[in-house]
Amino acid sequence: MSSIKVKLKEKDIAKIQEICKSFDNKPGDLINVLHKVQGEFGYLPAEVQEVVAENLNVSLAKIYGVVTFYSFFTMIPKGKHPVSICTGTACYVRGAEKVLEEFKKELGIKVGESTPDGKFSLTCLRCVGACGLAPVVQVGEKTYGRIAPDDVKNILAEYEDN
Amino acid sequence: MIKLIIDKKTVEVEKGTTILQAAKNIGIHIPTLCYMNLGDLNIENKPGGCRVCVVEVDGRRNLAPACATDCAEGMVVHTHSIRVLNARKTVVQLILSDHPFDCLICAKSGNCELQDLAHKLGIREIPYQGEQSTYREDTSPAIIRDVDKCIMCRRCEVMCNEVQTVGVLSAINRGFQSVVAPAFEMNLDHSVCTYCGQCVNVCPTGALTEVDHTNQLINDLADPGKTVIVQTAPAVRAALGEEFGMEPGTLVTGKMAAALRELGFDYVFDTDFAADLTIMEEGTELLDRLSKHLNGDTNVHLPILTSCCPAWVKFFEHQFPEMKDIPSTARSPQQMFGAIAKTYFADKINVDRKKLVVVSIMPCVAKKYECSRDEFKVDGNPDVDYSISTRELANLIKQANIDFLGLEDADFDNPMGESTGASVIFGTTGGVIEAAVRTAYEVHTQKELPKVDFEELRGMEGIRSATIDFDGLPISIGIAHGLGNARKLLEDIKAGKSQYHAIEIMACPGGCIGGGGQPYIHGDTSILKARQKAIYQEDAQKTIRKSHENKYVQKLYEEFLGKPMSEKAHHLLHTHYFDRKKEVFID
Ligand code: SF4
Ligand code: SF4
Ligand code: SF4
Ligand code: FES
Repeated sequence: MSSIKVKLKEKDIAKIQEICKSFDNKPGDLINVLHKVQGEFGYLPAEVQEVVAENLNVSLAKIYGVVTFYSFFTMIPKGKHPVSICTGTACYVRGAEKVLEEFKKELGIKVGESTPDGKFSLTCLRCVGACGLAPVVQVGEKTYGRIAPDDVKNILAEYEDN
Repeated sequence: MIKLIIDKKTVEVEKGTTILQAAKNIGIHIPTLCYMNLGDLNIENKPGGCRVCVVEVDGRRNLAPACATDCAEGMVVHTHSIRVLNARKTVVQLILSDHPFDCLICAKSGNCELQDLAHKLGIREIPYQGEQSTYREDTSPAIIRDVDKCIMCRRCEVMCNEVQTVGVLSAINRGFQSVVAPAFEMNLDHSVCTYCGQCVNVCPTGALTEVDHTNQLINDLADPGKTVIVQTAPAVRAALGEEFGMEPGTLVTGKMAAALRELGFDYVFDTDFAADLTIMEEGTELLDRLSKHLNGDTNVHLPILTSCCPAWVKFFEHQFPEMKDIPSTARSPQQMFGAIAKTYFADKINVDRKKLVVVSIMPCVAKKYECSRDEFKVDGNPDVDYSISTRELANLIKQANIDFLGLEDADFDNPMGESTGASVIFGTTGGVIEAAVRTAYEVHTQKELPKVDFEELRGMEGIRSATIDFDGLPISIGIAHGLGNARKLLEDIKAGKSQYHAIEIMACPGGCIGGGGQPYIHGDTSILKARQKAIYQEDAQKTIRKSHENKYVQKLYEEFLGKPMSEKAHHLLHTHYFDRKKEVFID
């Protein structure tokens, strides 16, 4: 049997320990701890969950259970260019779903995943308050409005080189 | 006290009693599925999730789950109104709409609580068509997880997390996708699972079952080129009869030996013989460590911990590897038997070890894993080829059309069939240490025991302790069964708070009588007590009740091993442990 691949740096482990400690290592605060830790690392890879498990004295299976239960936790790192598609009512009515399908097809990933090269990740958002521009897509900080499935290729092309 | 009416009968109960319990008190059995109550062991699971137990309460709009609803003064409850019956049916039909129709070929068939419910409720059609969830099957050396059959009752979670404190299984994902799985959905054999099999024991469906070795056994028995021998663990004889409709607690030692002979084994031996051998080695080790300790040797560690339970061994290898030098190095009786069978006995009958198949009948599923461990193989050939559970043996006897109840009692073969009362009690919590005390006392004091029975070591309490007077030397003994209880004693040792000289640990609640391979008890813990009684009864019936008085064990030392802890004994009968903390791997 191989052993755990410890990719975490000492200082990352120390950071997680610090967060756990700020909640007195209380198992009851698991969700809050995971929230904070995710805020720090952007996602919750297996190795990070291991450290939390050890510090809070909660089984790894329980932690994984919580991480997979709540949709705001993710085990996948955000891509360099996170793509978010608004699926609020207005966007939905105006065809956001088709746009989403197109992104999935073009990137070859599902919602909540990242491309293997780490360049793009895909998430859905609730209303971003730009209903006038529906359907709305965000890539990183940039917002695109009135998007049709045909526009998807062009948007992605903008990020081709970096 | 609270007064209420259930099905027109008045019943009085204490505050905080559930409708389910109140009904049971007056003989009304409301069907349940997710609910589990292992009374004597203090284990309860009531997630109120499945809704099979719904009842109608006058004045309430919604039906109430009886397992999770407390009684209230003046309540009027109906447990079988039309509305209740329809709702119950619907609930079961919905569960079945996402359940494979594998009943005919399912390992749990005949013992499945879901199948039983569908039968009782007269379900003849499933009007709901849903997507069927599909997950991969996960096979380990001992346990198979077929999660398609999981109904999310979460009983296994309670067992694994709260009772055993191993923490392998947890509910993951949400909604339709939710299942019970190890962390990161890795396979059981990559997890910290101990293979205690307690989750298998409580799973109402075929989602968790043991790896089945019966076909392999049938093939080996039919192979004229192989000599097939069998050993049977102490706890099997106290439970096997249940599978044939006998009262729990009926001893079937003689019938079992007869059935094994009918099945075609070349030699029918007894693990009890090896249990006596275990006591010789473990008892000697205990005295050795004790005297060194008393002489001020700081290199020896006390307490010494028993090591005959493979689930317990795997537990400390994962969870307390820093203490892996405290448990006795003695192998379990199963493995001692295998090592002797494939050397001493193979030589005696002049059969090559590769042509000799050693099968064990065990109350246990962890034994399946234990015999597959590399350190118990010689050039890839295992000392014990495979292990069959009590349940599998019962099934095989039925397959072979043997009239179990009509069998005449038979005896075990020699030389490895002779055993003492001390070895029989290995089957229950407290038994191993009592057997060790009987021998260690006489060896240490050179005096005969005034009384062989040590009542103070017996019982069902999760953690017990007693001090035994070794002729002026007080020996302090601890006992734990269930891994959660074991963990408490280990934490004490770690913190330097343990006063014990020796501790016996068994992974299963009750010890091996409650093992993961025993006939299902379906929540009736009185069955465990009956099995325990049977074990002590067999001990009391034996003329020889101390391991060191086993004539064939004495002969084995004379002819082959020399003396306990000799070099040869070390080589064949002792083992070493591994740090498995980092062995769990993610990916
Ligand atoms: S066999 Fe024991 S340790 Fe393994 S998952 Fe089941 S209850 Fe947990
Ligand atoms: S595996 Fe069995 S015991 Fe565990 S939740 Fe599923 S059905 Fe219940
Ligand atoms: S207590 Fe007995 S049945 Fe249970 S795991 Fe240990 S050896 Fe097996
Ligand atoms: S048995 Fe009561 S809700 Fe499942």
